[in-house]
Amino acid sequence: MNIYFFKLASLFYLLGTLFYSVYILFLKDALSKLAAVIVTIGFASHTLAFLTRYVEAGYPPVTNLHESLSFFAWMIVGVLLAANLKYKIKVLGAFLTSIALILMLFAFALPKEIVPLAPVLKSFWHPFHVAFAFLGNAIFTLAFCCGVMYLIQEHQLKSKKLGALARRLPSLKVLDDLNYQALTLGFPLLTLGIITGSVWAEYAWGRYWGWDPKETWSLITWFLYAAMLHQRLTVGWRGRKAAIMAIVGFFSVLFTFLGVNLLLPGLHAYSNW
Amino acid sequence: MELFVLGLNHKTAPIEVRERLTFQESELEKALLRIHSLPSLKENMILSTCNRVEIYAAAGETEKALQDLKDFLSQHHHLSLREFEKSLYFLVGEEAVRHIFRVASSLDSMVVGEPQILGQIKSAYTLATESKTSGLILHRLLHRAFHVAKRVRTETKISNSAVSVSSVAVELAERIFGNLGTRVIFLIGAGEMCELAARHLVAEGAGNILVTNRTFDRAVMLAQEFNGEAIRFEEMALGLKRADIVISATDSPQYLVRHDQISKVMKERKQKPIFFIDIADPRDVEPGVGDIENVYLYNIDDLQKVANENIKDREKEAQKAEAIVENEVVKYANWYQSLEVTPTIAALKKKCDGIRKRELEKMLSLHPHLPEKERHSLEALTSAIVNKILHDPLTRIKQNDEEGMTVVYIDALRTLFHLPDQTGEECKEED
Repeated sequence: MNIYFFKLASLFYLLGTLFYSVYILFLKDALSKLAAVIVTIGFASHTLAFLTRYVEAGYPPVTNLHESLSFFAWMIVGVLLAANLKYKIKVLGAFLTSIALILMLFAFALPKEIVPLAPVLKSFWHPFHVAFAFLGNAIFTLAFCCGVMYLIQEHQLKSKKLGALARRLPSLKVLDDLNYQALTLGFPLLTLGIITGSVWAEYAWGRYWGWDPKETWSLITWFLYAAMLHQRLTVGWRGRKAAIMAIVGFFSVLFTFLGVNLLLPGLHAYSNW
Repeated sequence: MELFVLGLNHKTAPIEVRERLTFQESELEKALLRIHSLPSLKENMILSTCNRVEIYAAAGETEKALQDLKDFLSQHHHLSLREFEKSLYFLVGEEAVRHIFRVASSLDSMVVGEPQILGQIKSAYTLATESKTSGLILHRLLHRAFHVAKRVRTETKISNSAVSVSSVAVELAERIFGNLGTRVIFLIGAGEMCELAARHLVAEGAGNILVTNRTFDRAVMLAQEFNGEAIRFEEMALGLKRADIVISATDSPQYLVRHDQISKVMKERKQKPIFFIDIADPRDVEPGVGDIENVYLYNIDDLQKVANENIKDREKEAQKAEAIVENEVVKYANWYQSLEVTPTIAALKKKCDGIRKRELEKMLSLHPHLPEKERHSLEALTSAIVNKILHDPLTRIKQNDEEGMTVVYIDALRTLFHLPDQTGEECKEED
């Protein structure tokens, strides 16, 4: 059942990506509205996928890579829908929906069976750890998209072109503001994710911190975002620098999440796939 | 009755001819009424801008009306016909419709896509309506023209891109700052160039104005005009620290704003972005300033280059607009043809007779045992009622059309009785 909803959600994200792309080509507002509706339906279906899997498994389904990728995509689309409520940046949908789609396809290729929960994951803290970390990551994904758009727009303006590309992207001010907002929301979430993770580690392995690769890399990521926030508030690292930092930060997030699991052995790499 | 346009524009007449045929705003109403007094013309409207002088009119005999109008133009402007006759174009019927649709959509403008023309047509139409020189034909024509212009504006990107230097500057500012609402504009130089550029930005919503000038008094004067603030020339750095948009247009032979100075200012500003518009010649802002992070520098040539590229884009969009115009011309032609007397009478008769027959059948089916004779009497009675009711109105619209009222009656009949035109489509009015 959960796989059915999962596939349905992926299909809607695919359609949403297509409609957003066509919107970017032709700039017809109706298309972006339609895309937003499609993505919302996809999100609803994705929510059902999560809930049904929760019921079928009997525990929060955030325990292997398939589940985490799907959860990450779910959070990203959730962040997109929330951002749509506040900001009128239609191209954002094209970026975030396509990222969510890629994550879904990746998750789809992985083993999807529900297996008995590993004892180490049976913890009150684990689901909180995952929820905070991924909501933070989803918000950093938004910041990453803003950073990319910022660099493109800035390049257009500096090279004195005001063509089709520049007209499709939001103003520098909006992109920079959103980047900053994402930072102020994402950073506390990341912090909470690390703290709850460390509390869980105390229950699971009897120590709060053990310098395993995942822990080390999440700390590196945390320092990156902390530095970003600090520089912004003290010497005004905004605009281009902030955009680049958001992109660097996002890669660090990705590496912490995926790279560590794939490349470095450690306690977090429990899922054998 | 036929619709036509007589006129000249920037393509057919040089400026020397155009300016002599232009109507001053003050004399427009008199001119409208004088044309209206010509017996050959039923309706008229004058569109007079710096790029075109056109008379839109409806007349029974167009050839006669054309001659009368030419004579009128020659008398009114004290010109012999020879001097301007070659520049005139005279378009009748569908051609005239296409023409005004293209003009209203700004396809016939000197700068394709510039939006002023629509406003000019609207005021020309308002004046003709107020002077009561326009009637049903022009009324419908103009409303369709406004509708076409709106379609072109929303369905193509013809007016999207900025094609004048000042509108490019506004668009760039919006790309950088988003909303211009609370932005601070700093004018270096209190000359006319600066003032114009500032007015444009203020019209788009920009907020505070700061002015500096070598002669402080001029700065104070200009600042007062904008409810702004004057800054002494030696204290320019204060303005640079506060401003979001700097417009510079002095005749200073050397750079006034230098790289080192702005590098320092940017630190003080905590990297808040700043946009320099250097419209001075020679330039006021050192070109290297544009390389500093969060600083955007455009000089007059840069702005002009962007504007020129946008003009190319517009030409592509213009082709889409032409297709919309063609589509609307066909729709209008259908409506116009429906104003013929004979098909209208036929349609009206058909409709009334249809109602009569249906009602009669309904009644007869309720009384199946009614004798044949009574049925015939009922048939005759209902026919007579319908014919008697229709008799007076139909006689009236068949009469000779001295006052040009027939089209009004026909249109009223078609609207009130909901009669379809040839295509079966309702030609509804839209603004």
